Amino acid sequence: MPTVSVKRDLLFHALGRTYTDEEFDELCFEFGLELDEITSEKDIISREQGDTKAEGASDVILYKIDVPANRYDLLCLEGLVRGLQVFKQKMEAPRYRRVSPVSSEPQRLVITEETTAVRPHAVAAVLRNITFTQERYDSFIELQEKLHQNVCRKRTLVAIGTHDLDTISGPFTYTAKPPGDIRFKPLNQAKEYTAQELMSLYKTDSHLRHYLHIIEDKPVYPVIYDSNGIVLSMPPIINGDHSKISLNTKNVFIECTATDLTKAKIVLDMMVTMFCEYCEEPFTVEETEVVYPDGRTCQYPELAYRKETLSADFINRKVGISESTEHIAQLLTKMCLRSEVMSDGEQIEVEIPPTRSDVIHACDIMEDAAMAYGFNNIPRTTPRTYTVANQLPLNKLSELLRQDLAAAGFTEALTFALCSQEDIADKLLKNISETRACHISNPKTAEFQVARTTLLSGLLKTVAANRKMPLPLRLFEISDVVLKDETKDVGARNNRRLCAVYYNKSPGFEVIHGLMDRVMQLLEVKPGQGNGYHIQAADVTHHRMCLLSQSLGKSMGSRTTEREG
Amino acid sequence: MADTGLVETLLQRVEKVDGGLDSQDVATSLGVDHQAIVGAVKSLQALGDVISAEQRSSKHWELTGEGCEIAEQGSHEARVVSSIPKEGMPQSQLMKLAFGKVGFSKAMSNKWIRLDKGHEGGPRIFKTVERLEDLVRDKLLLVQKGQASQLEEKEKNELKKRKLLSEVTVKSYWITKGSCFSTTITKQETELTPEMIASGSWKEKKFKPYNFEAMGVAPDCGHLHPLMKVRTQFRQIFLEMGFTEMPTNNFIESSFWNFDSLFQPQQHPARDQHDTFFLSDPAQAHEFPQDYLERVRKVHSEGGFGSQGYKYDWKIEEAQKNILRTHTTAVSARMLYKLAQQEKFTPVKYFSIDRVFRNETLDATHLAEFHQIEGVVADYGLTLGDLMGILHQFFNKLGITKLRFKPAYNPYTEPSMEVFSYHEGLKKWVELGNSGVFRPEMLLPMGLPEGVTVIAWGLSLERPTMIKYGINNIRELVGHKVNLQMVYDSPVCRLDS
Repeated sequence: MPTVSVKRDLLFHALGRTYTDEEFDELCFEFGLELDEITSEKDIISREQGDTKAEGASDVILYKIDVPANRYDLLCLEGLVRGLQVFKQKMEAPRYRRVSPVSSEPQRLVITEETTAVRPHAVAAVLRNITFTQERYDSFIELQEKLHQNVCRKRTLVAIGTHDLDTISGPFTYTAKPPGDIRFKPLNQAKEYTAQELMSLYKTDSHLRHYLHIIEDKPVYPVIYDSNGIVLSMPPIINGDHSKISLNTKNVFIECTATDLTKAKIVLDMMVTMFCEYCEEPFTVEETEVVYPDGRTCQYPELAYRKETLSADFINRKVGISESTEHIAQLLTKMCLRSEVMSDGEQIEVEIPPTRSDVIHACDIMEDAAMAYGFNNIPRTTPRTYTVANQLPLNKLSELLRQDLAAAGFTEALTFALCSQEDIADKLLKNISETRACHISNPKTAEFQVARTTLLSGLLKTVAANRKMPLPLRLFEISDVVLKDETKDVGARNNRRLCAVYYNKSPGFEVIHGLMDRVMQLLEVKPGQGNGYHIQAADVTHHRMCLLSQSLGKSMGSRTTEREG
Repeated sequence: MADTGLVETLLQRVEKVDGGLDSQDVATSLGVDHQAIVGAVKSLQALGDVISAEQRSSKHWELTGEGCEIAEQGSHEARVVSSIPKEGMPQSQLMKLAFGKVGFSKAMSNKWIRLDKGHEGGPRIFKTVERLEDLVRDKLLLVQKGQASQLEEKEKNELKKRKLLSEVTVKSYWITKGSCFSTTITKQETELTPEMIASGSWKEKKFKPYNFEAMGVAPDCGHLHPLMKVRTQFRQIFLEMGFTEMPTNNFIESSFWNFDSLFQPQQHPARDQHDTFFLSDPAQAHEFPQDYLERVRKVHSEGGFGSQGYKYDWKIEEAQKNILRTHTTAVSARMLYKLAQQEKFTPVKYFSIDRVFRNETLDATHLAEFHQIEGVVADYGLTLGDLMGILHQFFNKLGITKLRFKPAYNPYTEPSMEVFSYHEGLKKWVELGNSGVFRPEMLLPMGLPEGVTVIAWGLSLERPTMIKYGINNIRELVGHKVNLQMVYDSPVCRLDS
């Protein structure tokens, strides 16, 4: 869940009133947000780097607010304020408009064929006559970062570049070139580098090194030029220094390059809708024409408003309330979903704004109605679903056996289903290849290399960790192991096992043998060579071990083992 | 039991004195070890109020081993002087004596000897005094006679520094007559025997009173693990509510059932290497219901069933990847798909409690594997109010009555709600679990009828168990490193009290 930190006083100023921490926490809760932490820059630095470093840092109070992962429209102060103000009915949701430039042709971004191999999509827009202040500027930069980390999936899906339009001149070309052929002065660097040099320069950059892998091994790197050959950016790594924006920037050119076009459109819509309120004509965005390699053209940003029609009855039935059509339309409008009751008095026409890309189905609209109504105001009812309960026979038997094993004086252990290869092979004097183990491809440590194929290693580790306990130790576990099995759709299956260990100064094989006899008795399996069970010696080096078998010569697959010494 | 003879001797001594006596003095005068007297005192105390004994402690000075040696033979420096003949002694020879090194430097500083470095045949030492006063020895002798008080503190500390004296604390008992004092002791019986009853001798016997302060003997028994005890209770609650147990015995799951079937997009961060354990062997699942798979592909990439979809390029290769399931909801998906294949829909209530796996950073409350509790209800016309009502009933059975719900986001439920309860101890609302209504994009491709709603909720088994048993670190609850004593000592689990 992304966390947005906003200056408390700035937030209250924008909301037009102050709240106590508790009041604001309550408001967040209702709106599906979480006031995660109240802190300050000073606090954060002193916590992370010590008090001395924190001296002189700002002690302006910050609210850290957890935002649901699909609400990209709440990732900055501007969006949060708009959302909350509309929710509190202090303002109407603004209507975002795409406009053509007053006196000239729209900016154009031409995509060339070469990009197909690396990052095929691009969209762009212009924020005309915008006024930045330090706070707005910081928020603008911060939103890009938040979007990069979330919907852009760390720039793999989409990367955003913002430029001072007055320093460059269109039309712009989005192309891809061999890294040796790309040369420019990147953001905040003093000299020009080739793309190759940049990749090695950023290898040690704490921030940028995480994005290098996205294009590193591609034959060509994406790059955007203006009509004079000036590099705007080399997405998804870095922008050029030439076109960087500043507090004085009046006109901003925003481009998003992507491997996923849908996400690119969403990201561009978010960037422009959040900040177009600071334009000379608020809530308008100047269009850009994108030209595709096949000659097709598209205007961006899309800023698409979509209409969905649903009935008040649908919402009442799904939520479990009985509100009038008018009231439901009002509730939805509070959630930035402008709604109107249609002429039949039953249907509601809901308009989904470009900021609400999370609304993809009528059920999303239903949820917003429920939220605006207040989840905690909905009457709690009991479903009339009549069913008879059944236990899973395997679990039922396991539960019964656990009780009886404890009654037999054995204590239940609870060990991990994942372990190291060594645990199930070398340490038990087995070869890993004969274990039928399932292997994990991305374990962070050796503890998670395989799913266990035996419960024994976990029990022996429990004994090892409890050597200080009074003897004897009598332990058991009933749980699943995992074995490869070609006949299953996933190629593996669980297998329920019972394992018990007796640990004392003298081996006491008869104790573990006795427990096994008891288990067989509980399972109504009689001893004997015929229809019953019997044990026989199994030859394993350094172990005195036996196999437990039942009739028809079929091994029951479990073993009792006893380690010498 | 202490030696009876000693006990009686002690009683006789106590009888003879008026005020009382010190156990140390008794030990000294009887010439026995003090511990033996302490034993006798303890066994008399066990008989009731025969004597009363008050513990005292006193400090006194004692000679160390080296101190005793000096008291006997003289200080090192004095012994150096006395061992040097008139004609002197080579320094090397003196140094070979046991007391040589220490004695030499002390004697030098006392100016009792002199060293002739230039002497032919090596440095040689000569006496400079004939008679000397061995003050160190004198002081030690005083202490030995018990007259340490005649020495000044400074002197004592100096000797202590030289490790010749040490200050010891002596614990002793001040013994006086008790209210039932008697010099003869009757042995008390500990057990009533069949013989005593047969002969009637029990009438004359004195029985030792039970010690109700001590713990009884622990029974020799096995124990169930506390987490499993809580699991049993949760199972019981679901069964009481009419829920049927799902077969969750498949830790390895395909990404298809774990994510895709739940309408979780393929670029979702939960599907990252950082969050999920992928398998290298068996790396892929190879069998899917083809029609259904196609409908899932379509709803993700193009939409449908009233949905806009995610509009991205859905890849079968991603769906085939085998993983360790990240939630038991993968099993719920399989069960709901199976339900949808029935000729006629029947309402169901399902539950499961089983292991799930996350490739997460481990800390005091997170492990790579934990148990997920899940409840699912599928029926026509279920409402959000029904979900809240059933959660209310479920948590009521856990003794939790104050609930509230926070809107949340989850890719496969809409609405999604986090469940909070008011914690009386912490005086705040704490999160218990997650809940929601499964999205139509998940249910309709399975083939469930349009009007059927499926509500579900989930929580971890470990968290309520840790709260219940007051455990702060999850590693103290699960895994092979747990202290078995914790398992032995854990009480029965009654969740509602």
